[in-house]
Amino acid sequence: MSEPSASAGIDLHAQQVRRFRLQDRIFHYSTQFFAFVVLAALVGILVSLTLEAWPTLKTFGPAFLWTNIWSVPDDQYGALAAIYGTVVTSVLALLIAVPISFGIALFLTETCPVWLRRPLGTAIELLAGIPSIVYGIWGLFVFAPLFAEYVQPPLQALLGDVPVIGGWFSGPPIGVGILAASIVLALMVIPFIASVMRDVFETVPHVLKESAYGIGCTTWEVVRNVVLPYTRVGVIGGIMLGLGRALGETMAVTFVIGNANRINGSLFAPGTSIASTLANEFGEADPGLHIASLFALGLVLFVITFVVLAISRWLISRSMGSEGL
Amino acid sequence: MRTLNKLAQGALAAAMGLAFSASALAADITGAGATFPYAVYTKWAEAYQAATGNKVNYQGIGSSGGVKQIKAKTVDFGGTDAPVKEADLDAAKLVQVPTVMGGVTIVMNVPGIDSGKLKLDGVTAANIFRGAITKWNDPAIAKLNPGVTLPNLAITVSHRSDGSGTTYAFTHYLAKQSMAFMREVGAGNTVNWPANGVGGKGNPGVAANVQKIKGAIGYVDIADAMKNKMDFVALKNRSGNYIVPDQAAVADAAAGADFKVRGMAPDLLDQSHKNAWPITTATYILAYEKGTDAVKQKGVVDFFTWSLNNGQKMAADLGFVALPPNVVKMVEAEMKNIK
Repeated sequence: MSEPSASAGIDLHAQQVRRFRLQDRIFHYSTQFFAFVVLAALVGILVSLTLEAWPTLKTFGPAFLWTNIWSVPDDQYGALAAIYGTVVTSVLALLIAVPISFGIALFLTETCPVWLRRPLGTAIELLAGIPSIVYGIWGLFVFAPLFAEYVQPPLQALLGDVPVIGGWFSGPPIGVGILAASIVLALMVIPFIASVMRDVFETVPHVLKESAYGIGCTTWEVVRNVVLPYTRVGVIGGIMLGLGRALGETMAVTFVIGNANRINGSLFAPGTSIASTLANEFGEADPGLHIASLFALGLVLFVITFVVLAISRWLISRSMGSEGL
Repeated sequence: MRTLNKLAQGALAAAMGLAFSASALAADITGAGATFPYAVYTKWAEAYQAATGNKVNYQGIGSSGGVKQIKAKTVDFGGTDAPVKEADLDAAKLVQVPTVMGGVTIVMNVPGIDSGKLKLDGVTAANIFRGAITKWNDPAIAKLNPGVTLPNLAITVSHRSDGSGTTYAFTHYLAKQSMAFMREVGAGNTVNWPANGVGGKGNPGVAANVQKIKGAIGYVDIADAMKNKMDFVALKNRSGNYIVPDQAAVADAAAGADFKVRGMAPDLLDQSHKNAWPITTATYILAYEKGTDAVKQKGVVDFFTWSLNNGQKMAADLGFVALPPNVVKMVEAEMKNIK
């Protein structure tokens, strides 16, 4: 007598399993769809940038990348000055921001009194939330004049006569320029790098650090031999995050870089970046080669950012492999 | 749940409000284009709505955007600082009339020299802005300014970094003065500035650079220069007088110009009237000769007719210069073609 009920139970069970399986499948496909939307957007942006930039790519060819001319009246375009400005300001910004962020993160995780940790940490996160236009306005109206008055002349007096390096600090001290843009950028990326570094430093197991202290290591030795090796991947990730932001930063750079489409050996001189050229010229660009060249610049920025990301991924995967993590 | 309800109610009310206002004010007109007249068009629109109840929206999207939008028929009128050429007007069947004037002025930051105390002529200005004169105590500047002590200070040329009608007018003026300027820098919305140049975004960006950088020289429109209390350069005009720009000097330039041309865009640069400010410009609107919506076409004509006759003081308060009465008459006649 119990058989039919058992088979009914099995039927019911099978039905339930089938329903769950269907649910799972729907869930799987819908999440997959969302993920593919991102991919489609990425490819779509790349394709439309290339299409719009096509007249420029056809006219100037790959020489667009290393031609140092940007002349709207003559309809001659080359990306070198913008690429130079983008790379130099971003690298300089990192050179300034990485040591400072490293110091901030170490202080917060290793030596900071406990009561100060939260307010300081929050302040740094708040800094990350300030819109970039605010940095730009501050940079132009407050920072650049102070920089021209109190920083550039002493720098010039100190380093102006040194061979090679002296050239970096030549020209009239006008405040705005490549160096000013780099410093403002550094301020903008510090909170990003510092908060990532702090978070990864906090993941170091206490046991490891305590044992190092136990055998008589100084704080610096603990940081160098325990914390840093353990968190290398995260630290690189944080720096790359900062670099990504610095490369694409638009408004703040537009305000303080000086917007001159040329390459000057001096860091005091005005320059331009890819993002700032786009911000400046898109609104009133002439149809034809001018617009196409701006799209080509956008494509170049896209590729640069992509390469930076790829390199950082590769670095991270390599160091993870060697650590056996 | 209650908040959700409230939200839903709010959304419904907003949607109904939108639908309601759209049907009640069918004659609302929309324009887009040059940013230079944005302040005065907005002011006029406000007063016009108070007086007549009709609404006018103007978006400052840039001159080339204004031309593009009117050609695409997405707006009822387009605004542009650079007048559209006759042939293009004919081809697209557009009417173009001036609405208000302004001027571009040369501003400076030279310690020890007060506003209006430095004199320049067109050629010297062109040589400064093409980077051929790089020091303030250059003999060419000293020759024009006997009795003024000029500092041994590097000149920084402050220019617009974004494409701009202000740059268009200024470079066309300098290019008229000097072939070398035309050759090296060019004339247009975006040009090749010299090596001692610094770009600022918008008139405020240029104004900030000039005010912060010692030894800077730049160009902004008169309204912005006055608002920021900047130091003016006195510029020699065609009849040989040194002019410090003000509204009378701009109006004097228009008085000598002949507006009886298709598109009503005579060259206002370097006019020969006695007190004419050399870098005078007008801004224009574009509308279709035959529009798809007669009510809106009439709305455009009504708005500008009202503004030209009632808005002179509003324009002046904002640093613009109203068209002279005889030109207003001609604009009214020309606008009869907008149907």
